[in-house]
Amino acid sequence: MTALDTAFAACGVLAVVGGLLAVTTRHVVHAALWLVVALLGVAGSLLVLGAELVALVLVLVYVGAVVVLVLFALMLTRAPIGPDRAHAVGGWRSAGAALLGLTTAGLLATVLVPLADGSVRRADVASRQVAAQLFGTWVWPFELLSLLLLAALVGALAVARRPAAEGAS
Amino acid sequence: MTLLEAALRAVAALAAFLVLPLLVGQAEHKVMAHMQGRLGPMYAGGFHGWAQLVADGVKFLQKEDITPRAADRWVFRLAPGVALVPYLLALALLPVHPGVAAVDVPGSLVLLLAATSVGALGTLMAGWSSANKYSLIGGLRAAAQLVSYELPLVLAVASVALAGGSLSLVGLVDAWSPWWLLWQLPGGVVFLVAAAAELQRPPFDMPVADAELVMGAWTEYTGLRFAFFLLAEYAGIVVMSVLFAVLWLGGWHGPFPDALGWLWTLAKGFVVALVVIWVRVAWPRLREDQLQRLAWLWLVPLGLFQVVLTGVGVVAGW
Repeated sequence: MTALDTAFAACGVLAVVGGLLAVTTRHVVHAALWLVVALLGVAGSLLVLGAELVALVLVLVYVGAVVVLVLFALMLTRAPIGPDRAHAVGGWRSAGAALLGLTTAGLLATVLVPLADGSVRRADVASRQVAAQLFGTWVWPFELLSLLLLAALVGALAVARRPAAEGAS
Repeated sequence: MTLLEAALRAVAALAAFLVLPLLVGQAEHKVMAHMQGRLGPMYAGGFHGWAQLVADGVKFLQKEDITPRAADRWVFRLAPGVALVPYLLALALLPVHPGVAAVDVPGSLVLLLAATSVGALGTLMAGWSSANKYSLIGGLRAAAQLVSYELPLVLAVASVALAGGSLSLVGLVDAWSPWWLLWQLPGGVVFLVAAAAELQRPPFDMPVADAELVMGAWTEYTGLRFAFFLLAEYAGIVVMSVLFAVLWLGGWHGPFPDALGWLWTLAKGFVVALVVIWVRVAWPRLREDQLQRLAWLWLVPLGLFQVVLTGVGVVAGW
């Protein structure tokens, strides 16, 4: 086992443990914070594999903006300190969720494990390569995605503004 | 890199982390005092109170470390560390001299931005876990502010990265030319304002607003943990000032022999830090809606304009 293997395994374990705790914890804000741990684990794995830009953008966007937004929404609504019993789900739903999660994980494992040959190889991906792929080969999907996000933004604005307009008229 | 070199680099970064924020803090004591027609701390250490911050540190060290009973223990105790450590990483990434940076990686610019964005989580954790409504409001304000100002900050930095054609801080300084002072000026202004807001410095300090929120997210903190938040703030000023000096003012470029490059970087960074202090004295605190208005109606359009301007310049080969 090389140092690279160890680093990759450590980051992977961090991501999996963080993800599991994010789903199972009863504290809502803790769930958001465990999500940060999981994301940092994924970013670490990507870093070990040499995809520097993707890893850093993951941290910048998901930890720096998305989790901050999640925490903002939690604090704005209701984020009690201590376990949240009001939103506890029943046994059937937990079992269903666990089953679904395990099935997805199993499916992914059966597809991905045969592809792995047991060693961690570092393929340094330069930012230039990512940019060339993104703005060359994949430019149309990329632009379509931006349009989709823009549409979602405008839609959210429309939904948020409607009651105020009715109240004014 | 040998183990010894790595250790040396780590120690150098730690030393800079412990010394530079104190220098900025002492400068703030004195500059602010003189701008307000008073002397500032004069007793500690004898000569013009130079040891005031050391004395403050000793004082913080002696105080009892209190965790409120209703607080979320783990998050409350972890928050100062989450606020502080990312700035240590960010400081280590800053190059001060050709080939001299504690950590030199190809994507250092993005790594620095990512690190500072993680640091912001510390304030939110502190605000939520304190079980205090003032802290919660402080945390809320901080979150709203961070989400709004992250965008112009990244836009301004992206413009410089575009102009220099690199994501590495060293590469960007090498690509810098005095012409950038004019070309990148709108982005520079956007960065300076957004950085002050990101650090929650006056006039953007509604999250801590001592007069209305009693220090906001930090209300319940005592002793060393409170000092960590203060240290994170001053380390943040150092990081943002030196980053501004590196990206917009050309880092070690300047007259006199190249051997003085590190002096240029630090001097430029210190001047920017003085501007940050000056702004604190000169402007009253903004209101929450004024803050959002400034970000979305002025800084984001200006940042987008700068990106377009840079794009035109890069394509036209200015």
